Amino acid sequence: MSGFMNFLASLSTTLTFSITFGTVILFGALGEILTEKGGNLNLGVPGIMYIGAIASLAGSLWYQKLASGAGFAQSLGGAYPITCVIVCLFFAFAAAMVAGLLYAFLTITLRTNQNVTGLTLTIFGTGIANYFGGSLGSVGTVRADVTSDAVRAYIRPLVVKLDALTGNLTIGSLLFHHGFMVYLAVVIAIVLWFFLKKTRTGLSLRAVGENTATADAAGLNINKYKYLSTCIGAGISGLGGCFYVMEYIDGLWETSATIEALGWLAVALVIFATWKPIRCIWGAYLFGLLSWFYFLVPGLFKGSDKIFQMLPYIFTLVVLILVSLRRKPEDQPPASLGKAYFREER
Amino acid sequence: MIRISKRAGISTWLSVLIRVIAVAAALLLCLLLTFLFTGRAPGRVISEMIGGSFGTSKRLWEFLQRTMLLACIAVGLAPAFKMHFWNVGAEGQILIGGLGALILMKFCWRLPSLLLLVLMAVLAVLLGAIWGMIPGFFKAKWNANETLFTLMMNYIAIQIVLYFCTIWEGTLGTVKIGIVNGKDGMPAYHKGWIGEMFTGGFNDKDFMWLVLIVLVVVVAMWAYLRYTKQGYEITVVGDSEKTAQYAGIRVQNVYIRSMAISGGVCGFAGFLAVSAVSRTLSESTADGRGFTAIIIAWLAHTNPFLMVVFSALYTFMELAGKQMASAFQLNNYYSKILTGIVLFFVLGCEFFTNYRVRLARKHKGGAAK
Amino acid sequence: MEKNAIELRNITKRFGKVVANDNVSLNLRQGEILALLGENGSGKTTLMNMLGGIYLPDEGSIYVDGEEANIRSPKDSFTYGIGMIHQHFKLVDVFTAAENIVLGLEGKKGRLDKASIRKTVRDIADRYGFEIDPDQKVYDMSVSQKQTVEIVKVLYRGANVLILDEPTAVLTPQETEKLFAVMRNMKKDGKAIIIITHKLHEVLDVSDRVAVLRKGKYIGDVETAQATQQSLTDMMVGRAVSLNIDRPKAEQLVERLRVENLTVKDKDGVKKLDRVSFTAMGGEILGVAGIAGSGQKELLESIAGMQPVEPGAAVTYIAPDGSEQLLTGMDPLDIIHAGILLSFVPEDRFGAGLVGTMPITDNVKLRTYRDRKGILADQAKATALSKKIVADLEVVTPDVNRTPLRRLSGGNVQKVLVGREIASNPTVLMTAYAVRGLDINTSYMIYNLLTEQKMKGAAVIYVGEDLDVLLELCDRILVLCGGQISGIVDAKTTTKEEIGLLMTQFRREEEA
Repeated sequence: MSGFMNFLASLSTTLTFSITFGTVILFGALGEILTEKGGNLNLGVPGIMYIGAIASLAGSLWYQKLASGAGFAQSLGGAYPITCVIVCLFFAFAAAMVAGLLYAFLTITLRTNQNVTGLTLTIFGTGIANYFGGSLGSVGTVRADVTSDAVRAYIRPLVVKLDALTGNLTIGSLLFHHGFMVYLAVVIAIVLWFFLKKTRTGLSLRAVGENTATADAAGLNINKYKYLSTCIGAGISGLGGCFYVMEYIDGLWETSATIEALGWLAVALVIFATWKPIRCIWGAYLFGLLSWFYFLVPGLFKGSDKIFQMLPYIFTLVVLILVSLRRKPEDQPPASLGKAYFREER
Repeated sequence: MIRISKRAGISTWLSVLIRVIAVAAALLLCLLLTFLFTGRAPGRVISEMIGGSFGTSKRLWEFLQRTMLLACIAVGLAPAFKMHFWNVGAEGQILIGGLGALILMKFCWRLPSLLLLVLMAVLAVLLGAIWGMIPGFFKAKWNANETLFTLMMNYIAIQIVLYFCTIWEGTLGTVKIGIVNGKDGMPAYHKGWIGEMFTGGFNDKDFMWLVLIVLVVVVAMWAYLRYTKQGYEITVVGDSEKTAQYAGIRVQNVYIRSMAISGGVCGFAGFLAVSAVSRTLSESTADGRGFTAIIIAWLAHTNPFLMVVFSALYTFMELAGKQMASAFQLNNYYSKILTGIVLFFVLGCEFFTNYRVRLARKHKGGAAK
Repeated sequence: MEKNAIELRNITKRFGKVVANDNVSLNLRQGEILALLGENGSGKTTLMNMLGGIYLPDEGSIYVDGEEANIRSPKDSFTYGIGMIHQHFKLVDVFTAAENIVLGLEGKKGRLDKASIRKTVRDIADRYGFEIDPDQKVYDMSVSQKQTVEIVKVLYRGANVLILDEPTAVLTPQETEKLFAVMRNMKKDGKAIIIITHKLHEVLDVSDRVAVLRKGKYIGDVETAQATQQSLTDMMVGRAVSLNIDRPKAEQLVERLRVENLTVKDKDGVKKLDRVSFTAMGGEILGVAGIAGSGQKELLESIAGMQPVEPGAAVTYIAPDGSEQLLTGMDPLDIIHAGILLSFVPEDRFGAGLVGTMPITDNVKLRTYRDRKGILADQAKATALSKKIVADLEVVTPDVNRTPLRRLSGGNVQKVLVGREIASNPTVLMTAYAVRGLDINTSYMIYNLLTEQKMKGAAVIYVGEDLDVLLELCDRILVLCGGQISGIVDAKTTTKEEIGLLMTQFRREEEA
C-alpha cells in the first residue's frame, strides 16, 4: 500500500515538473512558430530564452530593491506582488524583443544567413545572460523572492473549491496548482491559433512565410510582417526564460545549461507540432513528461533517464520523416522558411 | 532614398577591406564595453586581450589547440556547405566520434599504442560518418529538411553520451567519466593518448601533434574539394542540381557520400578532442564548437585555409575574453559576449560584400519600385 | 466618342541593348476583347507587364479611361482597375481559393469573415459562369481551377480591364471553351479584356479585334471579322527574310537516332509529349519548330535521359559502327558509361548545362573530369580544351581560370557551352534555342559550327524559334504543336506560312 502511495507521490511530483518544463518549452515554441510563420527560422531561441530569463530576474531585483528602499516602502508598503509580476514579464518580453530585433535586422535588412545568425544569437544570448547572472553576486544567493512567489502563486479559492467537490481525486490541486503563467502559455497558444487561422493579418503573415513573392505582389509590406513576427515571437519565447527562473528555480540564477536544452526542445517542438499552436500544447507537456519520466520509474536501469530524455528528439525526427514522406501540404514547414527575400531590380 | 543592388562581383582587396573594417569596429565596441564594465584604460585592456592568446607558452599552445580543433570541425562542414547542405549536426557528429574513440581507449588499451590510436581514429570517423549519412539519406530520398534533421541528431548524440557518462561514471553521482587511463602506475597509463606516442605522457607541447594532424586534414580537404572528381561533383551539385544531373552526376549519391565525409571529419575531430585534449568524454566535449564551426565555415565560404584564419580570430577573442575575465574579476561568460559581437559584425558585413548600397538620385525609369 | 479603356502611347522599353518594345501605341476599347498576337520574343508580355506594374516604360505614357496613369507597382495597377493574370500563377498553395482571393485586402474587421467572402465569391462565379469552390485548397486544384482563382481574384478587387497572358497554353480544349464563355460573359458585363495568345483559331473564335506585334514593333490591328488564319499568320511572321546561311549538302545520310512513340508526362501528370516518332539522320540538321512550351524541352531532355518517359516509348541510338543501343531507361551517367556520343546544348544555360559560379575551365571540365583514372579529376584536358575554345571561338573573358561564367556576356557563355558540346565529336548533337539572346555575329558562328558538325556526319537537332533561321539552316523541319508532331517538312521547299500554320493549328478533329 505504501508503495502505491509512494508512486502517487512521485506521480504528482513528476506531473508538476513535467508541466513546468512543458510550459517553458511551450513559450519558446509558440514564439518560434510565430517567427517561422513569417518565414524566418530563428535558431537563436535558446539565447533569446536566456536573455528573457536574465532580464526578468534583473528587472525584478531592481524593482524589489527600489520598492523596499526608504520612503517608497513606508508610503506604499513595499513591493506589490502584482507590480512585481508586471515588471518581470515586461523586462523579459522587452529584452527578448530586442534580441529578436537584432536577429531581424541582420537577417531581414542585411540578409545574413538565418541559420548562422540564429546560432550566433544563441552564443551571444547565453553569454550575456550568464555573464550578468554570474555577476549578480554569488550565484544562488540573490533571490527575487517577492516576484518569484507572486509568479508561483496559484488561484487558491479555485483549487480549494474543486478539491472539495472532487474529494479524494483532488482535481483542483492537480489541474490548477500552478502559477498563472502555465495557463498564460495555454492562452497564448489559443490566441496564436486564432490569430493565424481566423484573422486577416494572420492570413497575410502566413502568406509571407509561404510565398513571399506572392505576398509582395498582393501589396503586403513584407519587411513589416517579418520584423513584427520575429520580434513579437522572440518576446513570447523570452517569457519561457522568465517562467523558468521565477517558477522552477525560485527567482535565483543558476549556470547549468538547462535553459539552453529546453530552448532546443522548443525548436524541436515546433517541428513535432507541425507548426500548429494547439498541437504544441500537448506536445510540450509530452516533452516535459519525457524529461522527468525517469522520476516515475526510479532504478529502471542505470542511465535510463538519459534514454528517456532522448525520446523527444527521436519523436521529432520521426515526425519530420513522416511529414516528408506523406507530403501533406498542411504539415510542411512554411515554404519560404529560411530564405531571404530580395525583390530583384530588373 | 537608399538603393540596394546586387553586386556582380567584388575584388579581393575590397572584400578583405570590408571584413577588416568590420573586425576593427567590433574590436572597438569590445574595448568600449570593457571600459564601461571595468573602467580600465584601453591600453591595459588591449594588452590583456593579446596576452590571453600569446601571454605565456601555455596560453599559446592553448590558442593553437583550440584554433586547430575548431578549424578541423569547420573543415569537416566544408563538403556539406559546398553542396548547400545545411549540416548543423557537427556537435553530434563530434560527440559520437569521440564516443567511439573513448570506447576503444577504455577497453582496448592493451593494443599496441599506434594501432590503438589508428583504430580509435577509424572508429570515430566511421561513427561520425554514419551520424552524418542518416540525415543525408533522408534528404536525398525524401527531401527531409536537413537543418532540422541534423539539429535533432545533435541532441540524440548528447543523450547517448550522457547515458555512457552515467554508466561509466568515475565517481558515483558525478555523471562524469573522469580522465581515462590517467592513473599513474596502472598498465593502461596514458594509453590512447596521442602524447603517449611521442613524449610518453602529457604536456602542452603534445598539442603540436594535434596542430600538425589538423593541418594535414585542412590541406587534404582543400585538395579533395579542389582536385578530386568527388570534390568537383560536390561543387556542381551545390550550384545546380539540374546541371549535375545533365552531366551524369547522381545527385542523391553525392548527398549521402558527402555527408558521410562531412560527418567523418567531424567524428575525427571528436577523436582528437578525446585523445589529444580532454582524455575523457562528456556532453560538453564538443562545447558548442560544432555550432561555432558552422559560423566559421559559413564566413570562410568553404575555403579550408580561411577557416583556419577565422578559427584563429574566434579563438583569439574567446581567450581574450577569458583573460580579461580573470584579470578584471569579470566572469568567464564575458568571452562569449565578445565573440558574439565579433561574429555579428563579421556576419553583418557580408551584406556589403554582396550588395552595393548607394544613395539614389532621382528615380529614373527601369524597374517599378 | 467613348473614351478608350486603355491607351498606350509611344511606349518604348529596353533591357540593356535589347529593345523589347519599340514605340508601340495600342488602344483597348471599352467592352471589347482584344487579342494580342505575336511570335515568341515579339514583346507582348513585356508590353502587358507595364500595365500590370511589373515594369515601368522607358518612354511613352499610359492612359486609363482618358486620364494619364502612373503605374509603378502591381498595387497601382489594381487601383486603376487593371487586373493581370500571369502565366505563372501567384497563389499560395496551402491556402483555399477564398483565402487567396482576399489576400492583401483590408477588411472592415480584423477577423476573416469567411461567410461573406464565400458569398461574394459565389456571386462573382454565378454572374460570369465560373465553377469555383471557395474552400478548396490550391494544391488540390487543376491548372484550370487555379486560373479561375486568379481571374476571380482580380474581379473581386473590382478590375474593369483584364489582361490574360497566354491563358489557354495550359488548358485542355474543353477548359478553353469554358474560359471563352466566361470571357464573353465578362464582356457583356462591360469589362474590357486583352488576351495574349499564339493560337490563331482561338483568336478568331473569341476576339473582337486583333493587334499584332513583331520583334517589338506594332504591326497593326484588324477587326477579327475581317481576318483569316492566313492573313494573321502573314502579319505575325512577316515576309521571309534572306539570311544567307550556308547550307551545304552532306554526301550521305545515315540513321543516327530513332525515336518511337515517345510520350512524356510532367509531375502533375499532364502530357507534355504525345506519341512522338521521328528519325534524326547523320549529315543533316533537323529543325524543331513550335510555339514555346509545345514539348521541345521535354523532347530533348527525355532523349538525354533527364526525364522519365511513359512505357511504350523507344529511343534508339545507332552508333557509327552500326550497332544499336536503346537509350530509353538510361540516365545521363548510363549514357556516358555506354560510350554514347550524345551532346546537348540545353535551353536554360545556367540552370541545366553550366555552372555560373565556376570559370570556363571548370565548366569545360563538366564533360572531361572523368577522363582520368583514379580519384583525381582530369584537369589537363579541360585546360587545353578551354584554351582551344577560347581561341577558336573568340571567347572574351578576363581570366579563363578565374572569372565566373556568370559574369561573361550571353554570347561568350553560349560559345563556351557549344564549344564544349561539340568538342567530343558527337554522333548526335541536340541544341535548344542555341542563338537566343545572341548578337548577329555570334549567331552566325553558331550556325557555322552546327553545319560543320553536320558535314562531319553528326545528326544535329536544332530547336529554334526564328522561322527564317530554321528555313535556311535546317534540312528538314519537325513542327511540334501541343506535344504532338503536326508535320515534318523539307526546309528547302516549305514556306514560312506553312510552318506558321502547322505551329498554331491544332488538329481540330482531335480536340472535340
